[in-house]
Amino acid sequence: MDALDLAKLQFAVTTIYHFFFVPLTLGLSLLVAVLQTMWYRTDNPIYKQMVKFWGKLFLINFAMGVVTGIVQEFQFGMNWSEYSRFMGDIFGVPLAIEALLAFYLESTFIGVWLFGWDKLPKGIHLLSIWLVAIGSNISALWILIANSFMQQPVGYQSVIDANGVMTKVQMDNFGDVITNPNVMVQWPHVFASGITTAAFFVLGVSAWHLLRKTQQQDFFRRSANIATVYGMIGIVLVIMVGHSQAQHMVETQPMKMAAAEGLFETEDPASFSLLTVGDLDQREEVFAIRIPRLLSVLSYNKLDGEVRGINDLQAEYQQEYADRYGEDAEYRPPIAVIYWSFRAMVGAGFLMLGLAALSLFLIYRNQFTTTRRLLIVLPWAIFLPYIANSAGWIMTEMGRQPWIVFGLQRTEDAVSPNVSAEMVGLSLVIFTVLYGALMGVDAYLLVKFGRRGPVEETLDAA
Amino acid sequence: MELYDLWFVLIGVLWIGFFFLEGFDYGVGILLPFLGKGDKERRAIINTIGPVWDGNEVWMITAGGAIFAAFPHWYATLFSGFYLALVVILVSLILRGVAFEFRSKDDNPRWRSFWDWAIFGGSAIPALLWGVAFGNLVQGTPIDASMNFTGNFFDLLSPYTLICGLAGLMVFLLHGAIFLSLKTDGVIRTRAEGIAQQLVVLVIAAAAVLAAANYVYLDLFSKIGINPGLMPVASAAALLAVGYFVREKQYGWAFVLMGATILLSVATFFWFLYPNVMVSSTNDAYSLTVETARASDKTLELMTVVALVFVPIVLLYQGWTYWAFRKRITAESTLEY
Ligand code: HDD
Ligand code: HEM
Ligand code: HEM
Repeated sequence: MDALDLAKLQFAVTTIYHFFFVPLTLGLSLLVAVLQTMWYRTDNPIYKQMVKFWGKLFLINFAMGVVTGIVQEFQFGMNWSEYSRFMGDIFGVPLAIEALLAFYLESTFIGVWLFGWDKLPKGIHLLSIWLVAIGSNISALWILIANSFMQQPVGYQSVIDANGVMTKVQMDNFGDVITNPNVMVQWPHVFASGITTAAFFVLGVSAWHLLRKTQQQDFFRRSANIATVYGMIGIVLVIMVGHSQAQHMVETQPMKMAAAEGLFETEDPASFSLLTVGDLDQREEVFAIRIPRLLSVLSYNKLDGEVRGINDLQAEYQQEYADRYGEDAEYRPPIAVIYWSFRAMVGAGFLMLGLAALSLFLIYRNQFTTTRRLLIVLPWAIFLPYIANSAGWIMTEMGRQPWIVFGLQRTEDAVSPNVSAEMVGLSLVIFTVLYGALMGVDAYLLVKFGRRGPVEETLDAA
Repeated sequence: MELYDLWFVLIGVLWIGFFFLEGFDYGVGILLPFLGKGDKERRAIINTIGPVWDGNEVWMITAGGAIFAAFPHWYATLFSGFYLALVVILVSLILRGVAFEFRSKDDNPRWRSFWDWAIFGGSAIPALLWGVAFGNLVQGTPIDASMNFTGNFFDLLSPYTLICGLAGLMVFLLHGAIFLSLKTDGVIRTRAEGIAQQLVVLVIAAAAVLAAANYVYLDLFSKIGINPGLMPVASAAALLAVGYFVREKQYGWAFVLMGATILLSVATFFWFLYPNVMVSSTNDAYSLTVETARASDKTLELMTVVALVFVPIVLLYQGWTYWAFRKRITAESTLEY
């Protein structure tokens, strides 16, 4: 592999890893804040217990999100220096604002919350967890503003040198950058996926305890009730927004949609793929089961409408960018990966919708705690949001290839020219080993404290 | 003064904030295994920085983000150039960050001791390497005409940059010892004060070596002559005053003057560097300057507004946290784990 491939792989590994912890932080900080508000309002000690128990799991997870985030910030300069030069004028701004607005807020008040129990007035202590929750979700908003520019560049000006070559982009209208239509669908989707992740986490742990009839049945019954409602809200939002996101994608990145649907030739009305198998170089369809018209419905909310296929788009882009990259450049992303990651995300999503609906129904009928089969499944369902999150990002980012910034810069032109494959390879190995080990420790601790259940705090101070 | 000059200053301010705040965190982290005997004492030491270390580290993240936004070429050249050094810093910071959280989650003594040493190493290595990195910025590194670093990891280690690194490390150690003298009580306080007494002489010696090295390795004579100007002299005076107050056991004043020393030394550093942001040892003409590395006026204007509004707000609430957790901690306090 050359430095480019290694740098891509490193980005994929470290970012997927970072985003493994982030959604739980986004959703669980909010849930803990709500629980603590309920304790503040009612003084019912069970809510305090919930805050302490779920809060401890939240903290174990949070630490990992923080330390892996630092790698993200350094990585643009380290592996993608040409990208940083080309895009810095725009991309650095949301990153710096994120640090100023969000990271200071969450990292300062997480300390206040953790060490402030019984030391600070209750109201201020409650405020601190709200500030953590708000800070985390604002941080997601700013990083997604940055990411959205890569998906759909707006509000910029190109700088062209004497030879007519575009050397970089510059800020033209910051208002446009932050109100990017892409971020209007991306942030709600990520926000709701955070809620869903946290809800299924809490629901899964609670179901584990309910099934084994551990102590504190009441505690976990109530936690499961809250998580089910929270999860229902989350998953419905995720799916609704995901639908809008897909429609947005048809307009702005039709190639990504065509790849996600394995649609090689343009269709009107377009059919939805249940299963498509392409030939080895992903040029043509070999075998497919398709539902007529469904893709047009999904894309435009009506029974017909043209959805363009991969081969036409490839030809179109070859013409459009011929003067920059020649006439036979490649604009097709890795189709099979995108196709299957889209299916993994949507599949996980509908499974979770089903599980949340069933849980809600059984809770309503007072049969939740006695339905053993559901209680056996729910702990395993903790994996679903993680699959959906990773698959969603893999599709988003790989679907944009060969572009790093859509239509403006290609990934191959973005990599640091002076960083050798050995260096990237070495750092990739180091990060992978370190991350693997930490993942083991983190999982060990989550399982340990998740199983133990809510115990008096003094026990673990020994 | 142009806007990009202002941003050069603002980035200096962010690094001053970082070295001042995270400086004592590093010092405390390095002293941890030596000052704390037994789990309770070590926990007490960790808890002096427990509520604040993460907020302090964000000063570095913000400084990095601000360099990216205000001087994209500086960010690109620096981070791709100092590649392996940054990998080492990242690994240290990752281990250190999770150590604070994971340490308490199991009471096996081997587990705790492992994470204590992770805090030690995770503090000592960056404390050393930041100085090395800054030394390289002023001394110069091989940078070609297209602003790319052409050297390797070992080019970053020279006598001068190692002196910078060691001096930084010593300063952070003293800073941490003085901080602990103020934040703890009982045996830990006694030990911290003892260490501060011993360290202060070494730190003054290290600073003297660094001052001499500046004249030997950077051509300061030709640049500024024998008289270095007010700022470095003031920083030396501040450090001597630290020595005086430590001897007099007035640690509050010593801490304030330590702050002044860090502020003035980092300011001196940026003043020497200006108008360059990275010096090229290949050819003077290839050095990155505030003008060639900068972002557009629009971006800088925008960032100025954002920074002028939010930096003071951050200072207010971070200041408040120190006040909220102002009580001295001992191994006998009820300790949050
Ligand atoms: C719990 C997680 C989860 C679930 C259940 C879903 N998604 Fe998703 N999806 C994400 C988590 C996610 C994500 C990881 O958060 C992504 C990656 C980038 C982004 O904006 O969100 C994403 C991206 C993403 C994109 C790519 C946008 C782009 O490239 O610009 C589309 C079109 C959808 N989603 C659509 C859906 C649909 C139609 C779903 C219906 C079930 C769905 N998602 C469920
Ligand atoms: C919002 C913040 C994000 C930004 C700014 C961002 C930016 C980037 C950049 C600069 C690259 C490298 C160049 C490239 O291969 O195109 C990349 C690639 C990649 N990113 Fe993201 N990313 C973000 C979020 C994520 C997340 C959360 C994930 C996964 C969970 C992810 C998954 C990937 C993958 C898999 C690649 C490799 C693509 C390939 O190999 O072709 N990204 N992204
Ligand atoms: C690839 C671009 C990314 C960069 C440069 C980045 C940077 C960072 C940094 C530096 C931190 C540590 C902050 C601290 O010390 O407190 C962090 C944590 C965090 N990041 Fe990222 N991040 C990226 C991707 C994402 C994405 C895609 C999201 C969400 C949509 C996200 C959300 C968060 C949140 C909520 C935290 C808080 C801590 C935690 O999650 O545990 N980040 N990130």
